[in-house]
Amino acid sequence: MAQMSHATFARRALAGMAVLAIALMGLLFGANQFGDGSYAPKLGLDLEGGTEIILKPRLTGDRSVSPEQINQARDIIVQRVDAGGVAGAEVTTQGGNNIVISMPGTPSKQQEDGIRRSSQLQFRPVLAIAAGTPEPAPSASPSGSASPTPSGSASPSASPSASAPVASPAPSATNNSAIPGALSTEASPSPSASASATPSTSASPSPSPSPSASTSGAGQAAGDPYSLDQITEEMTAQFTALDCSKPEALEGLVDDETKPIVTCDQDGAAKYILGPVVVSGDKISDASAGYQVTPQGQQTTTVEIQLSLNSEGTKQYADVSRKMVGLQQPQNQLAATLDSRVIVAPSFNEAIPNGKASITGGFGITEARDLAQQLKFGALPISFDLQTRNQISPTLGSEQLRYGFYAGLVGLLLVTIYSLLQYRVLGFVTIASIVAAGLLTYLAITILGWSHNYRLDMAGVTGLIVAIGFTADSFIVYFERIRDELREGRSLESAVATGWDRAKRTILIADGVNFLAAIVLYLLASSSVRGFAFTLGLTTLLDILIVFLFTHPLVTLLARRKFFRGGHPMSGLDPEKLGAVKKTSYAGRGRFTTNPPRVAGGEGSAS
Amino acid sequence: MKFSDLGNDLYTGKRSIPVVPKRRTFYLVSLVLMAIAIAGLGINKLNLGLEFSGGSEFRVTTPAVPSDYESQARDALGAADDSTGVRVSKLGATTVRVQTERLSEAESARVASELAKTFEVDSDKVSSTFIGPSWGDSVTKQALRALIIFLILVAAVLAIYFRNWKMAVAALIALAHDLVITVGIYSFSKFEVSPATMIGFLTVLGYSIYDTVVVFDKVRENTTEAFANGRMSFAKAANLAVNQTLVRSINTTAIGILPILSVLVVGTIFLGPGTLLDLALVLFIGILVGAYSSIFLATPLLVSLRSKDQSVVELDKRSARSEAKRAKEAKEAPVTVGAPARGQASPEGSSAVEEVSGSSAPLADDESPATVTGRQVHKYAQSGPRNQPKRAPKSRRK
Repeated sequence: MAQMSHATFARRALAGMAVLAIALMGLLFGANQFGDGSYAPKLGLDLEGGTEIILKPRLTGDRSVSPEQINQARDIIVQRVDAGGVAGAEVTTQGGNNIVISMPGTPSKQQEDGIRRSSQLQFRPVLAIAAGTPEPAPSASPSGSASPTPSGSASPSASPSASAPVASPAPSATNNSAIPGALSTEASPSPSASASATPSTSASPSPSPSPSASTSGAGQAAGDPYSLDQITEEMTAQFTALDCSKPEALEGLVDDETKPIVTCDQDGAAKYILGPVVVSGDKISDASAGYQVTPQGQQTTTVEIQLSLNSEGTKQYADVSRKMVGLQQPQNQLAATLDSRVIVAPSFNEAIPNGKASITGGFGITEARDLAQQLKFGALPISFDLQTRNQISPTLGSEQLRYGFYAGLVGLLLVTIYSLLQYRVLGFVTIASIVAAGLLTYLAITILGWSHNYRLDMAGVTGLIVAIGFTADSFIVYFERIRDELREGRSLESAVATGWDRAKRTILIADGVNFLAAIVLYLLASSSVRGFAFTLGLTTLLDILIVFLFTHPLVTLLARRKFFRGGHPMSGLDPEKLGAVKKTSYAGRGRFTTNPPRVAGGEGSAS
Repeated sequence: MKFSDLGNDLYTGKRSIPVVPKRRTFYLVSLVLMAIAIAGLGINKLNLGLEFSGGSEFRVTTPAVPSDYESQARDALGAADDSTGVRVSKLGATTVRVQTERLSEAESARVASELAKTFEVDSDKVSSTFIGPSWGDSVTKQALRALIIFLILVAAVLAIYFRNWKMAVAALIALAHDLVITVGIYSFSKFEVSPATMIGFLTVLGYSIYDTVVVFDKVRENTTEAFANGRMSFAKAANLAVNQTLVRSINTTAIGILPILSVLVVGTIFLGPGTLLDLALVLFIGILVGAYSSIFLATPLLVSLRSKDQSVVELDKRSARSEAKRAKEAKEAPVTVGAPARGQASPEGSSAVEEVSGSSAPLADDESPATVTGRQVHKYAQSGPRNQPKRAPKSRRK
């Protein structure tokens, strides 16, 4: 009965294995048929070559770049490249200020941008907003509304500056109310108001009174990031002239955290004057992207990025939100800028004390995920421009791979001979298992190459060769245990069962330790160490899979055949040859058995 | 055939390699090996590749890159083989990139002009810059941190699994031993250490700990049994375990090392120094040392570490008593006719070793088939049911 269930279990396990293999094959076939998969494993940089990208720091003015900044940038770029899979890219610095990325394959434009851009997230208070392009309403609105405003803000210098924007809206709002459709969700409440804001600011320049007005009126300190008196004449001119629809609009932008800036939003539909940074991106401790959830727990289609700030950031953010709630439009808006461009500028409805910020805006879910990842790894201290982009040949000659392959085949042949010598017919089980492991490994790495950009480099190839040893060891441990049990005088079937029980523990703990190594190294290390961890984890997992679902069931089934059960000399499990102990014990009623079960301490019963 | 006999004898304890009794010798061997390795590290500082320390880079722009650009570039630098760490690759269709270890101004000017001459271009078509490390300090730091966390975790897992922290300590010492020796011996080869080599060291680390755990699992099994029945001292049980897994260790090492060996041989004959040979060398040394330490170092260390444990000392006393008793019985037994109890008393384990001389021969005779009806009939049964085997009184059993 028990043996029946063993056999049934064994058959099921083998069937499961077959199903798994076929499913993987199907997946691979599907990937090739309908995706961009390939039947050959993807190869790493050293074996196949790839693309070399040289990035040059974008320096404006007389700013220079320090070695620390470059190193920091390199580390962050490594993390970003790693996040795209286990490709084994190389990132180095060149000549002290360029960064060279060598990666296998050809990165898409999008990947390249993701690696290259600074991803500097900052929160700045909004001082003024206008439509992105001056053309449609421009000459009309700035000039038109500008003239009224100065009078507005200048003449009632006594009235708080805040009122100035509010006072002016009416005329200007009509002018360009259609502007910031870009600010889709939370930002949207402000459009008309924000539009109105612009003129006032653009106007305020010319008459110097406005600063004084605001200072006196609002009663705020000069260094206050929210006050409008930071807007200089020069900025206003710049703001008025700024055309966000032109791609080069922001080229000369100098982003200084402590000074206000004039900038556009991401798609160029609106332009802003923003105050100095009040919460900077390095205060972000975690970022994740997902769909926004309503307070009722319903998922909406709005993509949002959730930010968690560290303790300092939380405090700053709480302060900012508390102050800004009380301000007027558009000054109660806090703009989140990414690489100096405004993503979104929502207004505060209440103070937010818990350090959880969320950004919603015009991005799709994949873009949001990429962005969240970049935010998590931190911003590059500088932005980079693409200098050159080249195909790169493999650093290892093709002969290395070829001879490595031949050598692997020879090695496999030697292993075959050795295991046949050692285990006779049972050796075929070893070979079949290694072949099965090879097949699964091939399937796994080609599929992972397609889904996770897993690439085999030279170290990976030799790692796989060593894995033959690991895999074979599981069988050897198992077979030796069976032999041990046979030596104890068990019948083959019970030797297989008991031997398996003991071998199982050993295999599990030994593989478990390796798997632990793989997980820890994968999570904590970077670049090629990570690739190693991946290979190690993969082969360990496959090893366990093969032993449990292939080798053991196969041996269980074979043990029922006469060839093995009868202990044929060629079976490798011949009790005679193994010197099985034929112990005699009294089994009661005048009967003797020669094969007593082995129980701890039980052998001595007849002494 | 002989090998399988060896396996049987090692299993029963008829023959045994005195791994634990002679442990001081093996400690000495390990210490000497480690001393050599550390000396090697001291003399031939590890030759770290430009991935770790940065280097110089030359780019030659030429209208048509010749197909044998690699060997040409190497010749120009006077580095025919790969051991000096020159990396040559082609960028796009018109540029050859040559990376070397860091050169001084004068040297790089010389190399640049050599390259220009070799590729027949103007010297202004050869640019030279310094490149930073791709495996920089931060990568090393991260990897080390990960390793330390892994080692702590692994120690915890092993301590819980084996229910004994000394096993974890012994395993970690064996691991450190393997790494030091592998790295040290590698340093003698003067091959350059590339990231691939580092990965090789990590593979060795995984292999070493795997091997030790397999042996320790058998040690755990045997010593648990010894603790339960008190027939064998801790040292003997551990020694028996090592011997019983010896065949497995040999087979595993052989199967693990054969492919590496063939890579090593093929690499040496056809390729010369290069990533493939580097890796094969690292793994070859590492697997051998790992197998050695799992057998000859880890278990003896464990015995030494545990020799002062209360339970182990107690077990030694119990087993000594038990053995003395069995020896006494063995002496008495031949006097009694038929010696029924004798056959039972030498079942397995180290007690058999002592009894090999006197008792195994008659035992074999006992077991020789006494067939009457084609069925095997035991001697006891031949003389009829009245002649019951004698059982020792309860008080004397064990």
